[in-house]
Amino acid sequence: MNIFIKNSGGEPIYEQIYAQIKLAIISGELKTDELLPSIRNLAKDLRVSVITTKRAYEELERDGYIYTSPGKGCFVSKQNIQLRREESLQKIEEHLRLAHEIARTSGISRDELLEIFELMGEE
Amino acid sequence: MKNAIEITGLTKKYKSFTLDNISLSLPSGCVMGLIGENGAGKSTIIKLIFNTIKRDSGEIKVLGRDNRDRFEQVKQDVGVVLDEACFPDCVKLRDIDAIMRNIYKSWSKKQFDSYCEKFSLPRDKKFKSFSRGMKMKTSIAVALSHGAKLLVLDEATSGLDPIIRDEILDIFNEFTRDEEHSILVSSHIISDLEKICDYIAFIHKGKLKFCEEKDALLERYWVIHCGEEAFRALPHNRIAGYKKSKYEVEALITDGAMPNGILAERPSIEDIMLFMSRGDK
Repeated sequence: MNIFIKNSGGEPIYEQIYAQIKLAIISGELKTDELLPSIRNLAKDLRVSVITTKRAYEELERDGYIYTSPGKGCFVSKQNIQLRREESLQKIEEHLRLAHEIARTSGISRDELLEIFELMGEE
Repeated sequence: MKNAIEITGLTKKYKSFTLDNISLSLPSGCVMGLIGENGAGKSTIIKLIFNTIKRDSGEIKVLGRDNRDRFEQVKQDVGVVLDEACFPDCVKLRDIDAIMRNIYKSWSKKQFDSYCEKFSLPRDKKFKSFSRGMKMKTSIAVALSHGAKLLVLDEATSGLDPIIRDEILDIFNEFTRDEEHSILVSSHIISDLEKICDYIAFIHKGKLKFCEEKDALLERYWVIHCGEEAFRALPHNRIAGYKKSKYEVEALITDGAMPNGILAERPSIEDIMLFMSRGDK
């Protein structure tokens, strides 16, 4: 698993760690019941504060991506991939509907909208 | 043991300077950065921790023990690096090894040698011909070679080049991989320590401005750039410090609703320190 930390850009470090571990879990790179690095070792390897990695793990646990086994460490929870996918699709639909609504009420054509979307993919 | 260092109500009065009622604690396994301008009282605190100067009042516990109670035993478990490395001019590394072997019960020649190797310190040269960086590295090698649980560094990285500072940072990082190991590091160059610190304590003119988790601290503030008018419209209690220039006002404000059209960015620890010390002028 790769974790990249950006110091500039304003996104809190714990969120960056959260997002990247979450992605590794959803993509299946981290398998169910796989042991995650300890909070302390991860902090030292990333050269960040222990409190930062602790917070990332706490949020991952709260959102059901990992579980803690006292004295043993943190592990990847069993993921309902189908459900997660469904959730993501729903979120995407919501946002796209909003974009569509904005375009419609300001006279921006469907083609222009699609063009924006095409350009995003190239970034 | 919960706290590696625990200071309560520490006061020390000098003719023209008072260290005023300082209370702070460094939890075991953590790194605390003690920051503040020159003459703020950082070194006074460190001297008081080692009981080398007399306090007027207050309590200090180091590794769970009052530092007036058989402190020489506790010192065995504490590594110290001061801003000047104080070894006699004529000694070589093997002499330092011989001296330290007689001071520290758990001195490890092997560890000392490996640090000297790692830092590429010259074996055949006398201490006086060492560069500042080499002297500092020698001090750090000594501090890490007697099984210390607590490392206290006073301006240890100032005057060193970025490459050496980075190497030293790596070493601190490795040191605290053990959850019983803690570090107190004082500095006025904080940018490179910012990442590894868990806690930041800010001393200003002898007073403790704050001592708290770095993450929480960084999330509490914004630096904004705005015009005079927008600045005056801000609630007064949200302004922690500001700087006016001809074309804009720069201010450190606490988190909350942001007025429209104001450019806001997250501060660094250095920003917070600068704004706060400017605030009371």
